[in-house]
Amino acid sequence: MARVGVFVCWCGSNIAKMVDVEKVAEVAKTFPNVAYSTNYKYMCSEPGQNLVKDAIAEHKLDRIVIASCSPRLHEPTFRRCISEAGLNPFFLEMANIREHCSWVHEDRDEATAKAIDLTAMAVAKAARNEPLFTQEIPLTKKALVIGGGIAGIQAALDIADSGYQVWLVEKTPSIGGRMAQYDKTFPTLDCAACILTPKMVDAASHPNIKILTYSEVENVSGFIGNFDVTIRKKARSVDMDKCTGCGVCYSKCPVKLPSEFDCGLGQRRAIYVPFPQAVPNVPVIDRDNCRWFKDGKCGACAKICPSQAVDYSLEDEVITERFGAIVAATGFQPWDPSAYGNLGYGKYPDVITSLQFERLFNASGPTEGKLVRPSDHQPPKNVVFISCIGSRDEEHGYPYCSKVCCMYNAKHALLLKEKVHDAQAYVFYMDIRANGKGYEEFTRRAIEKYGAHYLRGRVSRVFQVGDKLIVRGVDTLAGKPVEIEADMVVLASAMEAQPDAKNLARKLGISTDEYNWFSEAHPKLKPVECLTGGIYLAGACQYPKDIPDSVAQASGAAAKVVVLFSKPSLESEPTVAEVNETTCVGCQLCKEICPYTAIEPKTIFDRSGNPVKTVASVNEGLCHGCGTCVAGCRSSSIQLKGFKDDQLLAELDALAFAEID
Amino acid sequence: MEQASTSETLIMKYAYYPGCSLHSTAREYDHSTREVCEALGIELKEIPDWNCCGASSAHSLDHDLGVALPLRNLAIAERMGMDVIAPCAACFSRLKSADAAVKDDADLLAKMKDQAGIEYNGSIQVQSLLSAIYAMGDDAIKSRVKKPLQGLKVACYYGCLLLRPAGVSPFDDPENPVSLDRIMADLGAEPVEWPYKNECCGASLSLSKPEIVVKLTRDILSMAKKAGANCLVTACPLCQGNLDMRQPDIASKYGEKYDMPIFYFTQLMGLAFGLRNEGLGIRQLMVDPVPLLAEIGIHA
Repeated sequence: MARVGVFVCWCGSNIAKMVDVEKVAEVAKTFPNVAYSTNYKYMCSEPGQNLVKDAIAEHKLDRIVIASCSPRLHEPTFRRCISEAGLNPFFLEMANIREHCSWVHEDRDEATAKAIDLTAMAVAKAARNEPLFTQEIPLTKKALVIGGGIAGIQAALDIADSGYQVWLVEKTPSIGGRMAQYDKTFPTLDCAACILTPKMVDAASHPNIKILTYSEVENVSGFIGNFDVTIRKKARSVDMDKCTGCGVCYSKCPVKLPSEFDCGLGQRRAIYVPFPQAVPNVPVIDRDNCRWFKDGKCGACAKICPSQAVDYSLEDEVITERFGAIVAATGFQPWDPSAYGNLGYGKYPDVITSLQFERLFNASGPTEGKLVRPSDHQPPKNVVFISCIGSRDEEHGYPYCSKVCCMYNAKHALLLKEKVHDAQAYVFYMDIRANGKGYEEFTRRAIEKYGAHYLRGRVSRVFQVGDKLIVRGVDTLAGKPVEIEADMVVLASAMEAQPDAKNLARKLGISTDEYNWFSEAHPKLKPVECLTGGIYLAGACQYPKDIPDSVAQASGAAAKVVVLFSKPSLESEPTVAEVNETTCVGCQLCKEICPYTAIEPKTIFDRSGNPVKTVASVNEGLCHGCGTCVAGCRSSSIQLKGFKDDQLLAELDALAFAEID
Repeated sequence: MEQASTSETLIMKYAYYPGCSLHSTAREYDHSTREVCEALGIELKEIPDWNCCGASSAHSLDHDLGVALPLRNLAIAERMGMDVIAPCAACFSRLKSADAAVKDDADLLAKMKDQAGIEYNGSIQVQSLLSAIYAMGDDAIKSRVKKPLQGLKVACYYGCLLLRPAGVSPFDDPENPVSLDRIMADLGAEPVEWPYKNECCGASLSLSKPEIVVKLTRDILSMAKKAGANCLVTACPLCQGNLDMRQPDIASKYGEKYDMPIFYFTQLMGLAFGLRNEGLGIRQLMVDPVPLLAEIGIHA
């Protein structure tokens, strides 16, 4: 006979307000097998946990029911608690009387009745719970970081500094990411390159970091501690060992193309490094546009290269490597503001995005840092900045706030004045969201010291008359329409998920939200972990973030990886599927329907080594305990440990019994 | 004769909703529409016993009435088994909005049946004349051009209702429309790049605040002139009437004389197709376009 202890939690007023917790505890005493029942204000607190431990000792309890919140957060807490009191941690059962009860109901009597039912079900199951034991899984102490922007670089450096091997995989020819495109950073106006490039070089020269640029993750299999990852190293067409980075090849290349790095404002060649401080400083051939690859002619770069590094015969290389943990740091892309037909982006050359404006500022940008209009290369006088382009605008773009635009608008307004002294900045905004360290002060500085003219309102239309852009909008604080003759209009376009984010998420087996940002395991308490074990998030691939937030999260993700690697091995979840080999007929239907490819056929031999029959066999390392196979098995030969038929039926019986009562 | 059903010979049939303007002040739009549609192989069958679309005041005073009026017309068209074409931007907007409203709301549809006796199943589509012609593609228009409108610098003016509400009228970008420009280019005219394609002409204030309308129409005409246009083309009888008839008021108030002909796009299509001038109502325009047309070698 099991001796069940029931502990009903108030959760402060969260449960107690809508559920008569004392009554639940009192009624629970009448349930079969219950030897003790009580209630307490915060069961998860230290005194609460001590109360459980003391009761186990005093009343010789061997099964524990905690009627409190969702097991999502505190099941591990209470498993640890009863384990410290000497019980198998899987003797715990939780009744969710908060999310499933007090939070969603409005009638106290009915909610109390429901809480009693839920507790009765948990008691019935707990009485039948069996001891379960975790197994050791080996752990590969090598991390993969996907994305070589500031977040990826920071995560890689932190993991590598802790003594573990890291591979840093970057899709483009150089690491550096978006930050490499920026000129100065808010709110300190540090030169972005000055603080980023040393980190890029650190990463490249770190003995524990291996950088794979121009490479993409093709496939991921396995699970926490042991991910097998296939990486495609795209053919660079330049031998990385031979190239000295002298740059002669691209000075002689006859093909000129718009530079992605300069957002189309500058040009690059078909053989190119994206920017002067690129790491590695080895060019790559854009095979789609190279004359050699298009029509077999030219070959100038190969002829001129003093170290014979250009090699047209190089092919893609596919590498498979095992990693214990993965950090996704794939960043964002700027949203295309052409959807605003009224703002003339794409129609008027002097209507540009903020990232383009950033490139116009940058000393290594297309104008070598001279701020001029793209149309006539004259310095602009009046520049209008428009906030929330595609952000907070469901009609054209996204309902979310891109979080960084208010700050870079202030930065641009301020830098405009520094570059062109007689210039005037106008900023159309909906709200000024300057919520970071030194951010509000920075915005005030742009307004008060640098005279940026902030107008609260939207712009209805931008059009060209002569060489001026007429910006028509409304100043809602003055309650008047305004019209500004501008030389340049800068659109603060939203941050959106990378176009291939969904695809990568599928490969990694992690989820995304409705905008394709990667989802964290818990928005407050597990912000860097994914629900899939061993995969962590850093930077703007999760949601729009600025540099400080991205770097902080990257270090957080790195710390999580290091915590994982600090263990000698991993423990497996014991709640996995179990095959009854006596009754299994080996139909392998379970193998077909298993979403995790965790089931394989297994042949059973007799004593003299002759095959007797084939049955299903579960790889406990791959099994997630989803139960699909259990539902699919035609001979009821598979059971999920911790959720066996008799345990679940006991719960239903308890509920049915309560109904009659 | 297997090849009989190419797009050249295929006759498209539509239920035609002219609305009040096209039977009165915009008769030339009605006539030119019928002529051009015939030339394009579009057969128009006027909806019998059609009623007011509710554009003027019904929809702002009583939502149900604003749906019921246009819906009755759609119900008749549905019985004819044809999609609806409405040349007038206001009619189109009302018909399309009513169609969208009941397709989105089964309760409203039931109410229309119970209270107004309108039985509509939503099996037909509503199009503006512009979108129907635009959908035929460049070649269908180009291949019929006999007198290219070379030398005509056209400011294409879309107004407000033709492309709105954006959610239910998606054939062109409401903020940066191009359909009319494309058609004009097909005719050999030169559509000018200008920013006031959908600036308000003030038609709704025509009776209550005419002084505002004079300013708004003047702004539009002055911008068109600045952009180098020698005429303006519309697809809306309210825009056309406003821009065409206010020019003397603008002259007396601002001392600016524009003398800018305001065409319906169907009139220019008809001219380019070489159709009879009488059928196109060229001479019914207030600002006389004959001298301009003569300049480009078209004798109307």
